[in-house]
Parts: sequence; C-alpha cells; structure tokens
Amino acid sequence: MNRIHQKLQENKKLLSIYFTAGYPTINDTVSIIQDLEKNGVDMIEIGLPFSDPLADGPTIQASSTQALKNGMTTEVLFDQLKDIRKSVNIPLIIMGYFNPMLQYGVEAFCKKCQEIGIDGLIIPDLPVDEYHDEYKAIFDKYGLINVFLITPQTSVERINFIDSISNGFIYMVSSASVTGSQSGFGDEQTNYFKRIADMNLKNPQVIGFGISDNKTFTQATNYAKGAIIGSAFIKHVTNEGINTINTFVKSILE
Amino acid sequence: MTKNMENYNVNEKGYYGEFGGAYIPEMLYPNVEELRQNYLKIMAEPGFQKEFNQLLKDYVGRPSPLYFAKRLSEKYNTKIYLKREDLNHTGAHKINNTIGQILMAKRLGKHRIIAETGAGQHGVATATVCALMGLECIVYMGEIDITRQAPNVARMKMLGAKVVPALSGSRTLKDATNEAIRDWINNPVNTHYIIGSAIGPHPYPDMVTKFQSVISAEIKWQLKEHEGRENPDYVVACIGGGSNAAGTYYHYLHEEEVGIIAVEAAGLGVNSGESAATSVLGKEGVIHGCKTLLMQTQDGQITEPYSISAGLDYPGVGPMHAHLCKTGRAEFISIKDDEAMTAGLDLCKLEGIIPAIESSHALAIFEQRAFKPEDVVVVSLSGRGDKDLQNYIEYFKI
Ligand SMILES: Cc1ncc(COP(=O)(O)O)c(C=O)c1O
Repeated sequence: MNRIHQKLQENKKLLSIYFTAGYPTINDTVSIIQDLEKNGVDMIEIGLPFSDPLADGPTIQASSTQALKNGMTTEVLFDQLKDIRKSVNIPLIIMGYFNPMLQYGVEAFCKKCQEIGIDGLIIPDLPVDEYHDEYKAIFDKYGLINVFLITPQTSVERINFIDSISNGFIYMVSSASVTGSQSGFGDEQTNYFKRIADMNLKNPQVIGFGISDNKTFTQATNYAKGAIIGSAFIKHVTNEGINTINTFVKSILE
Repeated sequence: MTKNMENYNVNEKGYYGEFGGAYIPEMLYPNVEELRQNYLKIMAEPGFQKEFNQLLKDYVGRPSPLYFAKRLSEKYNTKIYLKREDLNHTGAHKINNTIGQILMAKRLGKHRIIAETGAGQHGVATATVCALMGLECIVYMGEIDITRQAPNVARMKMLGAKVVPALSGSRTLKDATNEAIRDWINNPVNTHYIIGSAIGPHPYPDMVTKFQSVISAEIKWQLKEHEGRENPDYVVACIGGGSNAAGTYYHYLHEEEVGIIAVEAAGLGVNSGESAATSVLGKEGVIHGCKTLLMQTQDGQITEPYSISAGLDYPGVGPMHAHLCKTGRAEFISIKDDEAMTAGLDLCKLEGIIPAIESSHALAIFEQRAFKPEDVVVVSLSGRGDKDLQNYIEYFKI
C-alpha cells in the first residue's frame, strides 16, 4: 500500500511541509527531511527547484534561485535521496515543474522515484487532461500518486472530474493566489473550504497556500484532512537556520 | 491547401504538430478555458470584425504600405519588398494584436489589463489601447529592461499605465512574463492578460497569429497590384516569440510555392554562449504554458538568451514556429548582432528608413543567402528604429 494512502487513513489531521531541496545549502535535504519526521510532521513535499516557478510567490522563488545556485539538479536530488527510506517512513512527495521532468524523461523520472521510495508527485504546470492522456499509465506503472490542485474558481464539474481521476488526496489551493500570499483566512475562504467539504468527494482534501501558523492550520483542518505549509517554513529556515525545525513544527501543532 | 500537405495551423487540441498545448497551473485554468471557448466565436462576430477593422484603419493607419525597395533590390540583385509595419501607430506590428485583444477583453467583461514587455514595444502598444478604451493597465517589465529602455517606460507612464518592475530571476522579458502570469493567478476574475507574442498556452499563439494575420492578408492583394501575383517567392520575418512572423506567414503557410524564412538572433554568435538562436540551441521543453523549442540546461532549467535587440531576447519561439522548424517548412537563419546592425544602417542609407534592430535581423539575410534576380522577396519591417536610437548611437559612435 502506498504510504500516502496509509497516512490518509490515520485518524488525525495531517501536517505536510514543503521545502526547497538544496536550500539553504546544497546538502541540507536529508537532514531537513529527517528532522521534520522526528518532530511529528506527517508528510513532506520535496521541492525540485525550477528557474521559472510561475505558480510561486517571492519566498519560494528566492529559495529556488538559491538552490539552483547551490548546484541542485534532478540528478543531485535523486542521489541525495537514494538511501532515504533507510531512515524515513512518512510519505514523501516531489513537487516540481514539468520541464525538468520532461528533460530527465518522464518514465525515467518515475522509475527513479519508485526506486527511491517516493510516493507521489505534484506538478503544478502539468494539466490534468495532458496527464490523463499521456502520462497516467507511466505513473500507475511505478505506483506513483499524482496530486492535482483545485482553486476557489474551479467549477463543480471540474472538481468532480479531478476527484474521479485522483487517487490519494486533492490539493486545495486556499485562495486565488501564488504561494505565500495570505495572512489569515476570511469568510470567503472558509466558505469555500466548507463548500468543498460538503461535496463529500472520494478523495480527502489537503489545503495549501497561505497556511503559516497554528491559527491558519487549525482553520484549514477544521474542514480538510490536512494542510500544507511552504513559504512560512522556508522563511523560518531562512531566518533561523535548520537547527530549530522543532520549534517551528511545535508552533504549528501547539 | 495541397492535399498531402502538413497542417501548419493549430489543431483542435491546441497543438501544432507536437508543439503547443496549455501547460498551465490549475489556478489559470478558468481564465484560459474561458478564452479558449470564446475566442473564435467572438472573433467571428460581425460587430467584432467591424470594430477591429475600423480601428486598424483609422487608428493604426492600416493598410501598411508594401514598398518596393528599389535601391536595396539593386544592391542584392533580387526584388525586395518591405511590409511597412514600422509605419503603424506606436511604431511596430505589436498594435495589431493589442487592438484585437483589448476588444476581446471588453467582450469578456474584463476591465483590468496586464501585459509583459521586454523592449517596451508591446507595453506601449498595450498602454495605448488601454488608454483608448479607458481600461486599467499594468505592465510588467524586467528591472534591467526598465533601465535599458527608459523612453518606452516614460511613454507607458504618459499613457496612464503602471509599470511594475520584475525583480525575480534575470530581471528581463522571461521574468516579466512570469510576473504577469503570477498577477493573473492572483486576479483570476476581472483581469485579461494581453500576451505580446505568438507564445503562451493555447489559445494565445493562435489568437495572436490571427490578429497579426492582417499582415499577410494585405501582402496578398498589395503584391497582386505590384507584381500581378499574390504569392511572392519568399516571405521573411524576424522571430522573437514570433508574432510578426506568424502574421507575415499566415496566409502563405499552405502555399507550397512560397518559401518561408525565419530569422533568429544569434547574438554574439550561435556558439558563443551569448545567443538567442532557439532553433539551433533549443530543445523541446515547456515555457510559459506551451511546449516548444526552448533554450535550457541539460537539467531542464531555462537559460538566459542574449541579443542586442531586446525584442528577440527570448529563450523560446512560438509553438507554430517550432513546428515549421521541425517539419522543415521554414528555413531558419541566425543573424549576429554585428550583421543586424550593419544591415540596419544600410537600410537607412539606401532607402531612408531607420528600422528597429529586430527588423534589421530580417534585412541582414541578404548578405548570407543569395536570391535569384527574378525572385520576389517580402520582408516584414516589423518596427521603426526610434526606440533603438541609443543603441545605434553607441554601436556606431554616431
Ligand atoms: C519591432 C519588433 N519586431 C519584432 C519583435 C519580436 O517579436 P515577435 O517575434 O513577436 O514579432 C519585437 C518585439 O518587441 C519588436 O518590437
């Protein structure tokens, strides 16, 4: 059974953390993952940095630029992760843009993910329809879950379509925005969270974009199975370094 | 169209052969889908056609002349015609597209307009039509380009646009495009994004091509008047993203007898590391929402192109051109900075026309490639050189 499925069955709200691989320094990847698990994080999204991350706000952009400067590449990341399953048990998802995967070769990329023990992928600029027609068979062959996004603007019809071809969880973007641009959720967002919760979709939802503290984490998980923190974690690492990950995670879970 | 000829237009899935598509994050899906479902319908409305054509005539100053360049022709011993897009209002072909898209935006009920710009020509053309229609206009421009292209920044401001510096990445056109896309993600309901070239997710390349196709529609009847035939032997255009080229080729794509020549910027030389010759240096990849030929590292990171001309300084080409390249329908030629500058000055001296440096690239092919004396070669003179004076002054120490 895929670790993501297992995790989703646990009777708790899930905290997922995104970080950019190769940031703040090239060799932090493994220790960040280990530390996050040790401190009670349920799932990790490992960001494969891209030169032109057009769905991301300034924080993740800057970390991606730095990671690339530090020398991060697809090859380097796979190499860093090759023994990760000897020490880490929680689900690991690679989040990255499509072009680097296309250059590596989609099948070769998926095969490598399976060898390492990656459980799923999030590729914001690979559209659902393209995935469905061209790549789903490959993902299935290597046991990878592809996670799709929905937003407040996504139509009911399309949400149902996305639910029908998803096989894990749905990544609910909290508001019409790039990553990192929120500071607390208002009525508009909570109404949207509720509206989706009431749809009783086949796949549980995990909310991301704009989750930054205990308050927003709690608000989101009132309606969804879990929440994903990205920019706020990167900011913490930028300001405090990687030795105080425990205080960050504690501040979210309180 | 000849029976066995390849289709060079977009197919119903938004592809030109293997290139194109709409590789966009889900956040943009509603906007792009709304456009996809409506653009052909809206463009076919008689009211739209009437307003578009009227503005092209009265406001832009179309038809732009097809000018027989006698002295240039003598020099190269062939028949050279210049399609004078430089005489359009705002000084380039860019306005054909912005007029079309602003009318599209109005019909879609959008009242906030965003655009990206490199040299500032598309930014000025967008600011112009926003002033014309009384719509809010925000133009993203790389911080480096803002300093390089100060006069166009001032123009945009005078026209009422807000110019926002793109501070990420290399702070040039590619990053301005990223910022415009991010703005669109953040403002999904009231905003229309006027892309300035034949790039981006489907239906943009096709929509921009169709708005620019007025160029080749005019060439057909104009050439008939000059030469008694609609089809030249060659059509030539420079390619940044490929909008003036797409418009120049459009009505000739399936006329086999018409040779298509695409001119890219080689910068300091194709193998110098400072180049924008995508057809030579690019590989299939995804940029700004479409699959196309793209300059990138082996690891799939998009690389920074270089050209003396800001308008050709883009790491990709539109998907239609990628297809024309791959199928061999178009002949691709790369022109170095020096060659373009020399050809530009040559046109000044021979014909009394100061061309944009982008267009100078197209003119430079006559030094590289021979044509027969009886050949009729139509070159898109995509823009005028006013915006490039500083560059010309520095280059030639005028
Ligand atoms: C005069 C002129 N020609 C050509 C271009 C290149 O654009 P495209 O390839 O879309 O025609 C530009 C872009 O700024 C331009 O200003």
